[in-house]
Amino acid sequence: MAKEQAAVIGVGQTKYDTTYPGSMAGMLREAATKALAMADKTWADIDAVVMGKAPDFFEGVMMPEIYLAEALGCVGKPIMRVHTAGSVGGSTACVAASMIQSRVHRTVLTIGWEKQSESNAMWALSLPQPFATSVNAGAGGYFSPIIRRYMMMTEAPELIGCMVAFKDRQHALRNPQAHLHQPDLTFEQVVESPMLWDPIRYSETCPSSDGACAIVLTDEAGGEAHNGPVAWVKGTAMRSESNSYGGRNMVSPAASEECANDVFAQAGITDRRREIDAVEMYVPFSWYEPMWLESLGFADKGEGWKMVEQGATSIDGGDLPVNCSGGVLSSNPIGASGMIRFAEAAMQVMGIAGDHQVDGARTALGHAYGGGAQYYAMWIVGAEK
Amino acid sequence: MAEEVLTAPLVLEYPFTRTTGPIIGSFLTGLREGVILGVKRSDGSVLCPPLEYDPDTSEELSELVPVQQTGTVITWTWNGAPRPQQPFSRPFAWAMILLDGAGTPMLHAVLVDGPEAMSTGMRVRVEWSSERQGHISDIAGFVPDDGAASTATEVPAEVEEVRSVRTPIRMEYTYTPGRSLSQYLRAMSEKRILGDRCPTTGQVFVPPRGVSPMTGTITDEMVELPDTGYVESFNVTRVPIKMRPDLTPPYVSAWIVLDGASVGFMGLVMNIEPEAVRIGMRVRAVWKPDNELEMSAQNILGWEPTGEDDEVVTDYERIGRVDQGGSQ
Repeated sequence: MAKEQAAVIGVGQTKYDTTYPGSMAGMLREAATKALAMADKTWADIDAVVMGKAPDFFEGVMMPEIYLAEALGCVGKPIMRVHTAGSVGGSTACVAASMIQSRVHRTVLTIGWEKQSESNAMWALSLPQPFATSVNAGAGGYFSPIIRRYMMMTEAPELIGCMVAFKDRQHALRNPQAHLHQPDLTFEQVVESPMLWDPIRYSETCPSSDGACAIVLTDEAGGEAHNGPVAWVKGTAMRSESNSYGGRNMVSPAASEECANDVFAQAGITDRRREIDAVEMYVPFSWYEPMWLESLGFADKGEGWKMVEQGATSIDGGDLPVNCSGGVLSSNPIGASGMIRFAEAAMQVMGIAGDHQVDGARTALGHAYGGGAQYYAMWIVGAEK
Repeated sequence: MAEEVLTAPLVLEYPFTRTTGPIIGSFLTGLREGVILGVKRSDGSVLCPPLEYDPDTSEELSELVPVQQTGTVITWTWNGAPRPQQPFSRPFAWAMILLDGAGTPMLHAVLVDGPEAMSTGMRVRVEWSSERQGHISDIAGFVPDDGAASTATEVPAEVEEVRSVRTPIRMEYTYTPGRSLSQYLRAMSEKRILGDRCPTTGQVFVPPRGVSPMTGTITDEMVELPDTGYVESFNVTRVPIKMRPDLTPPYVSAWIVLDGASVGFMGLVMNIEPEAVRIGMRVRAVWKPDNELEMSAQNILGWEPTGEDDEVVTDYERIGRVDQGGSQ
């Protein structure tokens, strides 16, 4: 029996910012009620809620899924939390979609969030361990050697990362929900920004954001009946792998490539660069854009940086616009960041992305990764079933 | 090999900041002003402590109303040995207290001399803390009702609303590094580096894993490795990291792949300018003085250049050696 066809009929986001002024429950409620309003649904129409966020240490609320039940209309319904580090927002949407695809539920609310203002993710990522020696502090120190390796071996020009960062900050100006709005930012300022985790500049890192993103998914009949734009889920895939083994491809991990192969095959896509109209890709450090362009098969190995250099990933004239929303580099409520990629991909094919809409987008990819580049979640959404 | 597995204390603590939102914020503001507020539900009943959303209907709640500072114990338990961070160091009762005017009970402490003074149905009143800051601990606890309860029900206008609270969290663990890491740490105290080999793939892991990450096979063959290797790739931290005051920037953290190992691990590169560090650079361990050695990976202070020719690193993506005992 074929899978049920899942459809996105509602998307809701808070304004991403340094601090969300309300409670965590209030923040989720805002995103969820926006998504319900777009979906033309009430709490009573929701069969189950699937939520995801990054590790509890990031905010110090243990098992938030329990305390959030009433804020999300879950009383008396199944509630489930997904946990795959930074990729969690994507995995959460995949799990929600699978509940529809398997015909377990007809309409599901899924939501991801982070309230970084309540804690310090750098602290949570730098916890000491007895007996061990640790020279690492934060995610940048982990990813910087991988980026250095990519830069050295591809001989990419040194400023490719700055080009990505500048492009995404320009894109963010078109997205009212984005955290960073820097209308006066110049490319020179991006380049002159101090090195933090050399070769990663401060300007090439993501901000710490508060925010929540919610999606309402329903089945084929629900999608057909919906009086408004619909994004049809053409494929979902998740993969994971160990973060260290001999000969591991750190720049393009096997799990990433297998996940991409799976999701493109499900969607029947053979020419990835030509058939995909918009990509929302998880790029927390600028150089990950060319690295993922290669890993996802949009560019040949060693060639991803050329797409950046040629402007192929810009909404202004690029043939494969990447992160028109401004991406993770412009908003990073960690647990939501993956779901934002999935939601923004859906918004592109629904034609509701406003000033950051890619004209005529029919097929889009949402992508997330997490941990030591260990966890992957992707979906492809289309304007047609 | 019945060697004892090592253990060590591990304490994690952080002063998280919780944004209260409008309802909890008003409740805490009330406490600071000596007033207890609940929130009215659509059926007219009152939740106290209040919630932002109705626990049955998920409806958004907004109408705050004062409740009395006297109430009834509906159930309780005796806490004869209070722990740190509990409200009192002397024994006390935990009780569910239904305040007069509220429809739901509040969990708090009742201060009496012993469990014989507690009973379900007993009447109690609020005992306020002398210094109040907008926190649940502004209620010091409850005592048997002696008629001295405050009757305050008005939060003065123009007071500053509580918007956030500090919620320090501290967790104490006993950390056990496990069988293979314990062997590794014991060897470290003798300036020896142990790894373990996967019997299926032949890959050598250092520090040892106990289990192969690719096949799941138990890796019980220990292998001694030299304290030399090469830099697979590296990071230069150029700004101070607040959590790591012990590391002075700029410093180089690198993946070190030991000779004979299939994977790298992070180590500090020392005795060389950051600008001179290279991918492929050969390094050796810099050990602590012999009289300071302990069972810790910290015996290796860092890694310094050997002066040998660089390793040729040709594969632009793969990290670690594929040629050690076959492929991935």
